[in-house]
Amino acid sequence: MIKTIDRFSVGALSELLIKKEISAVELTEYCFEKIASRNSDIGAFITLDEEGALAAAREADRKRASGESASGLLGIPFAVKDNLCVLGMRTTCGSHMLENYVSPYTATAVGRLIDSGAVVIGKTNMDEFGMGNATNTSALGLTRNPHDTRCTAGGSSGGSAAAVAAGLVPFALGSDTGGSVRQPAAFCGAVGFKPSYGAVSRYGLLAYASSLDTVGVIGADVESCAATYREMSGYDALDRTSKDYDKNSLPIDVSKLKIGVPYALLDGVSKDVKGAVNDIIDRARSLGASIVPVELPSLDACLGSYYVIASSEASSNLGRYDGVRYGYRPESYDSVEELFVRSRTEGFGEEVKRRILLGTYCLTGEARDGYYKHALAARKYITEKMCEIFSSVDFVFMPVSTDIAPKFEDLIKKTPTERYLDDCYCVISNLSGIPSLSLPVGRGRGGMPVGVQIMADKGFDARLLALGSALERGSET
Amino acid sequence: MYEAVIGIEVHVELATKTKIFCDCRAAFGAPPNTNVCPVCMGLPGVLPSLNERAVHMAIKAGLALDCRIADVTRFDRKNYFYPDLPKAYQISQNELPICYGGGVDITVGGEKKRVRIKRIHLEEDAGKLLHREGAGTLIDYNRCGVPLIEIVSEPDMRNSAEAKAYLTELRTTLLYTEISDCRMDEGSLRCDLNVSVRKKGSAEMGVRTEIKNVNSFAFAAKAIDYEIERQIELIESGEGVRPETRRFEESSGTTLLMGKKESEADYRFFPEPDIPPIYIEGNTVEKIKKELPSMPAERRKRYVGKYGVSEDDARILTSSLHIAQYFERAAEGSEYPSTVANILLCDVLATTSPDKFEPFISAEHLCETAELYGSGVISSSSVKKLLKLIGDSDLTPRQIVEREGLAQINDTELLEAILQDVFAEDHKLVADYKNGKTAVRKAIIGRAMAKSQGRANPVLLQKIFDRLMQG
Repeated sequence: MIKTIDRFSVGALSELLIKKEISAVELTEYCFEKIASRNSDIGAFITLDEEGALAAAREADRKRASGESASGLLGIPFAVKDNLCVLGMRTTCGSHMLENYVSPYTATAVGRLIDSGAVVIGKTNMDEFGMGNATNTSALGLTRNPHDTRCTAGGSSGGSAAAVAAGLVPFALGSDTGGSVRQPAAFCGAVGFKPSYGAVSRYGLLAYASSLDTVGVIGADVESCAATYREMSGYDALDRTSKDYDKNSLPIDVSKLKIGVPYALLDGVSKDVKGAVNDIIDRARSLGASIVPVELPSLDACLGSYYVIASSEASSNLGRYDGVRYGYRPESYDSVEELFVRSRTEGFGEEVKRRILLGTYCLTGEARDGYYKHALAARKYITEKMCEIFSSVDFVFMPVSTDIAPKFEDLIKKTPTERYLDDCYCVISNLSGIPSLSLPVGRGRGGMPVGVQIMADKGFDARLLALGSALERGSET
Repeated sequence: MYEAVIGIEVHVELATKTKIFCDCRAAFGAPPNTNVCPVCMGLPGVLPSLNERAVHMAIKAGLALDCRIADVTRFDRKNYFYPDLPKAYQISQNELPICYGGGVDITVGGEKKRVRIKRIHLEEDAGKLLHREGAGTLIDYNRCGVPLIEIVSEPDMRNSAEAKAYLTELRTTLLYTEISDCRMDEGSLRCDLNVSVRKKGSAEMGVRTEIKNVNSFAFAAKAIDYEIERQIELIESGEGVRPETRRFEESSGTTLLMGKKESEADYRFFPEPDIPPIYIEGNTVEKIKKELPSMPAERRKRYVGKYGVSEDDARILTSSLHIAQYFERAAEGSEYPSTVANILLCDVLATTSPDKFEPFISAEHLCETAELYGSGVISSSSVKKLLKLIGDSDLTPRQIVEREGLAQINDTELLEAILQDVFAEDHKLVADYKNGKTAVRKAIIGRAMAKSQGRANPVLLQKIFDRLMQG
């Protein structure tokens, strides 16, 4: 039996399984033991499926023994953010609205991982319907940072980040609409990968903002994310916005690379974050890369465009939660109108209602031209600008957030719109559809993790992951 | 003093096998909630997958109605809350419809007119509500996601007759393309009427009302007539017309208030992010154009010009593609095409239903029958006899005529002999005629006819009688 496993990454675990030093069933049991001891502290999981996981693990062991499958993910346990459907399990989106909703089908991305033999351990906590950056708007519990439980794990994929950072699973799926995979990964010291828009099917991902949502993965290391990405990405006929991009890249020669850094932005970040950015710049330089200054589109324009578009699309996507077919419904009502009003007023939390109202306003009457159409124009400009930048550099380094993970007591002092400002470094990737990888780069004050993003041009996911690996290796401490 | 301004929106269900955004069957009449899946039910997490066939059919309809086809077309979300709309938005088209700028030519009271078509767009249908008195409402989502095209006319019509003519020609044209069975009784064709009234000669539009729940073209005409009167009364009394949605009540022939006009609601249209824009290539359109059969208007022109058929008769002959094709098979290469038309109109159509054309006589045999009559081999009464026998027989018309001895007697000597027999049998009749009782002629010829078992050539018989009487 295992006492403790040193490295809880896909690569390390896969090796143990291949060498038969551990079985998939033992590994799964190990996960549930760890979860039992740590989940009450950090609140990473909403739903656990021990029975289902063990059955899948047994099947993985059987397939390995018979030689039927040799997939790199065979028998590897993983967690799924609770806005991705898994057949037969609750998909709550962290909301009272869907507290008891059980999906009759599995999301494509999750299904592909299950088909490759990976084992679903459970569903992780998240900000309600993906709206938030601290996993503190979930109606079903609070998620805390494993490094310091007085701090947030970030959001909206806080549960997934906490689960990986606490060593409960080697990787966990998340969704990134405005930083929701990268920021919690950075706060928790894990790797967070947001693929190009369309690289991974959104079928089965409960939509927040359709043109911004991206299924992503948080992993113990870059290879954990890369292995997951290779398995789950690719065109899906059920999602016509999905595309095939290269899954593999030739080994990357960092000395041939030109990497852009938006130096002007570094004035707005904390010392810890600045230090981390400089660290990664040094690492890249030591591997031979040339570093050049770049100028990004205004972060204010990015934020404004993001919030208008995201809220507008959200106000439409969340219209279907009306209490008629599924989800929360009041005990009694006297008219259809009352059913709609009460289901939504009572089923949704404050932040969700706030964004629905904001989005509804932006699409109504005269506001449409002033806000929504303007936001689209800004988005077009931002996308073109990023394209231009990538014609002169191969990658761009970018902060993930202004500072390390804040304490809850400091968070609640901020207003909702002040909280929105914290997304400023991340939304640009979602607006332009480009892939971004958040790497843990050292520690800040109090030993809290700090992360830095690398952004690449659309479609260059495999190259981005290759660079991430190279920089990760170069940081062996 | 007043003129009515009428525009019509027609929704047509496309006859695709599956729905517009998922693989569910799009068939009519299945048990409730059996043709549904997560996508058309709008379950959390689903996405639409566009059915190419629906796009193909929409283009076909557009070409048949003389429209331009967009180079790039896109779906938009139309947001509103209603229990029969699972996603709380309908995927429709707002800014870039698939077809635009077409029209339909109508003839009313001998006057030709063109009713322009503003646009045609694709959209998905919603579910059906079933209200039960005091026991709530049930919802059937089978119809959710069935592909529709919405055909919007310009407000070019001025009275109910023009509206009816437009609807009829529109429906016939669409039936030719076979993109829908266009049945109002099954809901595969629905129309909403927009009616307003203004002083004749005025350039400004009056206040418009929308009339729904019209279940036949005849009822559409009635509804329009009633609504025009109602609006004129309101204007004259000073009360004025309110913008409303009204429904037509068949029992009273009136329109009743249904609710405030829907277009006051803000649908918050925005481009559907889950479906990439569609780029339509020129050669795709050309290919689809080639699939189109020749349209009713064009055929009517040909029938009148080439076959000598009247306009009214041509309208009936082209009322369905199958009748038109049948007629053309029979008339092409015939020396007596107008006879073909007459027999088809008088004798064949009467025995088959308008919805399913199943003639009891083949086109080839119809052609032969027309030839036999036109060339004088048989008389018109023998045509009827012949048609009665054809249905049950494997023989050709010619063979039946021979077997039954239906051929006319054209032999003048024989005819003369028959007449002489009649004269011999009744001297009084002959005397009466010679004395000026011209009415007797009919009786004598009638007897001669009877003697020949109806086979005497009536024209010849009369000629011979006159000749004999002269002498």
